[in-house]
Amino acid sequence: MWTRVSGMVLRYLYLYRRSLARAGEVFFWPIMDLMVWGFLTVYLQRHVVADAVLFLIGGMIFWDVLYRSQQAITLSLSEEIWIKNVINIFIAPISMFELLLSVCLMGVIKAGLATLVLGTMAALFYTFNIFTLGLALVPFLGILLLFGWAVGMITMALILRFGKAAEALVWGIPFLLQPLSAVFYPVDVLPAGFRHFAGAFPSTYVFEGMRHVLQTGNVDVSMMVKALVLNGVWLVIGSAFFGWMLGQVREKGFLSRLGME
Amino acid sequence: MYSLCGLPYYWWTHRAKGEGVSDAPIIDVRNLTKRFGDTTAVDHLSLSADKGEILGLLGPNGAGKTTTIQMMLGLTTPTEGDIRILGMDIKTQRRDILQRSNFSSAYISLPTNLTAWENLNVFGRLYGIKHSKQRIQELLDLFEIPHVINTVTGALSTGQLTRLNLCKAFLNDPDILFLDEPTASLDPDIAEKVRRTLANVQAEKNVTMIYTSHNMREVELVCDRVIFMAKGRIVTQGTPKDVLERAQSNSLEDVFISIARDGELKEPVSEEEDD
Repeated sequence: MWTRVSGMVLRYLYLYRRSLARAGEVFFWPIMDLMVWGFLTVYLQRHVVADAVLFLIGGMIFWDVLYRSQQAITLSLSEEIWIKNVINIFIAPISMFELLLSVCLMGVIKAGLATLVLGTMAALFYTFNIFTLGLALVPFLGILLLFGWAVGMITMALILRFGKAAEALVWGIPFLLQPLSAVFYPVDVLPAGFRHFAGAFPSTYVFEGMRHVLQTGNVDVSMMVKALVLNGVWLVIGSAFFGWMLGQVREKGFLSRLGME
Repeated sequence: MYSLCGLPYYWWTHRAKGEGVSDAPIIDVRNLTKRFGDTTAVDHLSLSADKGEILGLLGPNGAGKTTTIQMMLGLTTPTEGDIRILGMDIKTQRRDILQRSNFSSAYISLPTNLTAWENLNVFGRLYGIKHSKQRIQELLDLFEIPHVINTVTGALSTGQLTRLNLCKAFLNDPDILFLDEPTASLDPDIAEKVRRTLANVQAEKNVTMIYTSHNMREVELVCDRVIFMAKGRIVTQGTPKDVLERAQSNSLEDVFISIARDGELKEPVSEEEDD
């Protein structure tokens, strides 16, 4: 019996040995969980926060917008790889811009529906009215959608380059951003070194801005402007990286390997 | 639209090879080379195919056939060389070329969770097909699978799936069709039906086809001309008859085995020399 068991254990160990992404998963999720919930606990211990429930629910709904937007790109294209349809798509006369636009639109639809459902449920069960955010809601959601597209393009570029071994990134990359974007707690809670990274993501300013509106009723326009500028930068980085990686993938013949193996 | 009677198939399999072929090459590949690091997958390959010609690209695994087709489809970037298809350069006019060509392979699939109709409708839109509903129905009729129109693709048999893939490949009424082992894993009956349908379309539309197969009997039957490759280079080419004569062989299968084992076509030793 143990020979057979060891055979199967070995089969999974071989997988982990060959794939850095899979091996990283063993540590990645627990570390991310510890960071998010650890920082949240620190925040709640330090401050008596009257609006904690609002912040958490608002953070959760907004996080879902970013997550759905990123997933729309990565899951849509990953699925084409999994079901061996990717070659059919890439030999059709559709440009990369058109392809990305279509999956981004899917992101808008998915995120819109998710926000509607979550917003309604939050109102019913937790008396959280997302419209408390007023007109700021529109740019907040827009910024998160756009940042989700940028992250989605970077993730997809890595999956095209590294293939099925990197599929864990579809779910992993957004959760790498979660603790740094200060979704459930203010940036101040993060250690100083992490704060610099946090400042590089537009999402951080959205979550900070959301808490600011919920607390004061006023919109911090400077945060919104920073987020918009950063979004522009990330979209340029994301599309340039995707384009460059696609060139590399074509150069190395990975596209056909992805689609036919 | 397409003739379903057996006459075109008879004409196709009994026609003089090269008949119906015009002078201007539809595919013109020059000095094509692809290196992956130290490995040369395709080595200064030049080939051409004329309108209506069915060109068999043959050779053992690793010969460079698939890489060549991938470069012609713009999926892989060549290291050196030029590819002109329908008079257009693949580097600069890839989308225009793709609009007028298509590809079907036994190794790729359509989304299995969509129905046949949904799949073809999606690709009809990608290729900008007008009146796609009518076109889809015609193609399903042509390939003798009209009854699967509302069936989820994942529930289709291998034979039906192959024919559905071919429906997708013919959606845009292509001038050039790349067929990668179209009858692989089909039973002889369905394989013959597929060949017959391809013959009918070929007779009607004069489509240029680049055909890969490991079934040498099929290649002999189908191809106007064949190119045997090994180690990224052309070993021999010509009509199946010419190749057989040159190799002094009775079957392309023997030629294939010889090339696969030796990497070249060994000149037959005459009896006099043997003595």
